[in-house]
Amino acid sequence: MTPETILIGLAGVLAAAAPVMFAVMGETISERAGIINLSMNGTILLSAMGSFAVALATDSLALGFLAGAAIGALVSLIVAFASITLKISQVATGFILALLCRDLSYFLGNPIMGQTGPRLQSAPIPGLSDIPVLGKLFFSQDVMTYASFTIILLAWVYIYKTRPGLMLQGIGERPAAAFVRGASVNRLRYLYTIIGGALIGLAGPIYSLSVKAGWKGTISGLDGIGWIALSITIFGGWNPLRAAFGAYLFAILQWLGLVLQPVLPGIPSNVLQVAPFPLMILTLLLVNIGNAEWVERTLAGMPENTRRAVAKILRAMRATPPASLGVPFESD
Amino acid sequence: MQVELRHIHKHFGAVHASNDINLTIPAGSIQGILGENGAGKSTLMKALSGFIFADSGEILLDGKPVHIASPADAINHGVGMLHQDPLDFPPMKVIDNFILGRNGGLFPDRRTAAKEFKELAVQFDFSIDPDAYVDMLTVGERQQLEILRLLWLGARALILDEPTTGISLPQKEKLFATLKKLAAQGMTIIFVSHKLEDVEFLCNRVAVLRQGQLVGEMLPPFNVDKLVEMMFGKVVSFGGRYPLTPGASTLHLEHISLEDVRLQIRDVTLDVRAGEVIGLAGMEGSGQATFLQACAGLVRPVAGKLSIKGADVTGQTHHVFKHKGVAYLPAARLEQGLVPGLSLTEHFVLAEETHGIFINRDQAIRLAQDRIKTFNIKGTPVSTVESLSGGNQQRALLALLRTPLSLILLEHPTRGLDIESTMYIWSKLKERCAQDGAAIIFISADLDEVLQYSDRVLVFFTGKVSSPLDAEKVTVEQLGQLIGGKGWEAIHA
Ligand SMILES: Nc1ncnc2c1ncn2[C@@H]1O[C@H](COP(=O)(O)OP(=O)(O)OP(=O)(O)O)[C@@H](O)[C@H]1O
Ligand SMILES: [Mg+2]
Repeated sequence: MTPETILIGLAGVLAAAAPVMFAVMGETISERAGIINLSMNGTILLSAMGSFAVALATDSLALGFLAGAAIGALVSLIVAFASITLKISQVATGFILALLCRDLSYFLGNPIMGQTGPRLQSAPIPGLSDIPVLGKLFFSQDVMTYASFTIILLAWVYIYKTRPGLMLQGIGERPAAAFVRGASVNRLRYLYTIIGGALIGLAGPIYSLSVKAGWKGTISGLDGIGWIALSITIFGGWNPLRAAFGAYLFAILQWLGLVLQPVLPGIPSNVLQVAPFPLMILTLLLVNIGNAEWVERTLAGMPENTRRAVAKILRAMRATPPASLGVPFESD
Repeated sequence: MQVELRHIHKHFGAVHASNDINLTIPAGSIQGILGENGAGKSTLMKALSGFIFADSGEILLDGKPVHIASPADAINHGVGMLHQDPLDFPPMKVIDNFILGRNGGLFPDRRTAAKEFKELAVQFDFSIDPDAYVDMLTVGERQQLEILRLLWLGARALILDEPTTGISLPQKEKLFATLKKLAAQGMTIIFVSHKLEDVEFLCNRVAVLRQGQLVGEMLPPFNVDKLVEMMFGKVVSFGGRYPLTPGASTLHLEHISLEDVRLQIRDVTLDVRAGEVIGLAGMEGSGQATFLQACAGLVRPVAGKLSIKGADVTGQTHHVFKHKGVAYLPAARLEQGLVPGLSLTEHFVLAEETHGIFINRDQAIRLAQDRIKTFNIKGTPVSTVESLSGGNQQRALLALLRTPLSLILLEHPTRGLDIESTMYIWSKLKERCAQDGAAIIFISADLDEVLQYSDRVLVFFTGKVSSPLDAEKVTVEQLGQLIGGKGWEAIHA
């Protein structure tokens, strides 16, 4: 492998992670508000198919992406209505929607199977794309990949640095306390679930109009992405920067699975393809190790200064979910 | 700010929780609100702070009628409420908690806010680091944070619903000093409590509620006997000490050491005998909760031996402890002990040792009615636990205990209960000591309670544990010193 191919490979990793990134950011925002949107896997399939159909019919990429976001928003509206207004279990609703949307996408997508439609082209940024190494990596991508970089930062700044972002944390953490501070908890939960849903919906067209252009029904290879995105959200501890790290890690593992295949002929190719999944689980375990009782006990035995330092690191690494995740809110 | 309530009525179904309440509180005064559990104190305060709406009646602030639409609206009108369990965000930083809820630009200015926070804190001699996480603070400090926040938002009337139940003595003294200072500055303070001595010390006027009605007001000097009679509608006689006839060893700890992230407890040896009551005193987070959990098998000791009725149970699970007759009642009633959404009947059914899968409805309801009667719970078999007032939740929890038990472990068993309920709960507990030979270990922040009901007392200070002290020979003052870390040499001699 030459440095050149590695660079191209890594640039590909960044592009391949873009749809997952949108899904993860959308889910993070929704869960921060206290609503688990478990429909993600189906939503992505349905919006991939739907946006491809729209783009095919109108020959407009923009309308295609818009359709993807709209489908995501619509599905999340159902999630929001069921869990906020009807107070039905979010897990049950989300799960049913995940299955329903998936089957719907296969069924409705039959007529457009295998057709070729418009595809998003890469748009190198003049000037910046000529910078050695970085130019190839970051500035020779397509618009949605640039957008995926931006969304990470935007989400992070919004959640941690802005006033409404603090309130967003509040309504997922302790809605009663947020209510006392003037938040219309349920209205905000609707809003963030729908925004999150639209972002999740964008993951679909990024596949079907760019990364894996076209619609190939059950062999599109998109089934399962939503569940991965869900686990990355948890891995990311509901923090956009950590979640982004998780999404890139997963994309890199998948890429390594591909490039290592010819290098390591002894290992069956399926092993390399599946390896990213257990590796993700392992990372998840490592990240959350601070929660384990035996760690706490080992820690208690350490000298005071070491103990404090280690405890601080573990605390920073530890991911605790928003305390009211999945719990409906009723103001007295 | 002068606060006036006129003809306030509030019904919850058949319960008339506020019945034609008229009350005028002049600016700069500290108004005490007394009443037994379920008297309607919280209901009235919630109506004033925008949590619930009165069915009818008027609220006047500085003589002007106002409509308070929500808690946030209340604070806009200058009415702030401090809840017993501070309504804050534990995993977030102090400064973020402070800022949250204050209107302003998109990007809050944390540095200026931190500066203003510190300036306010200094005035009242509070020392809270704005960069600390709220879940590392004690309940007392979280209260202080809330007070500062409400002041920062411009509160001119402050409602405190049972603020002294979860905090230590020094923190209580600091809180009272703060409230007096605020009143002197013209703030109106409304102080809801069960503790007569707190009201006596702090308030310059008192109103008593009973069954939703305002039964009377009093100005100092307060006649305590009269107040108690107004609260309960009858004369309540205070119980004396219960004599102890200790039986066989129930719980035996030998050189037990415990560790958690914050502190270490070293080498405790203790023998608890049947019928005995051991009180654990100390400031919150001094190790007593960890100790109690170790006795329940919820925390594994790092060294030493623990046996129940002679059987070694070191390192066993809570389940094994339970089988040996150990019951553990945690402080967070609704979080750990009771299941919100389930009715009383369902709770009793769940707590019983059941045979078979199906629930016999009629039998269950009869059981529930029976228990409700014996434990004097104000509620019906179908009441959900969260609709009960605090005192009645505690009674329900007690009614859930199985018989027979050999060891009952209690965290703040009477927190938030009125005098009569407290005495009732303890009479029930002591009954179990006398009849079934149960031993009791309990934690309480109320030193009077510790001395009144225990036979021996263990004092905790940052993980240090005193040798068992004879409750009859210790005074409240001495205990207060010990939990503050003073005077330890004397008792170890
Ligand atoms: N949300 C509610 N639904 C039904 N009944 C309620 C509700 N809130 C209060 N009640 C009832 O109204 C009455 C007054 O309750 P409130 O909480 O005001 O009493 P309290 O004086 O604060 O008692 P405590 O000292 O135990 O806190 C009680 O009988 C209680 O059961
Ligand atoms: Mg109350």
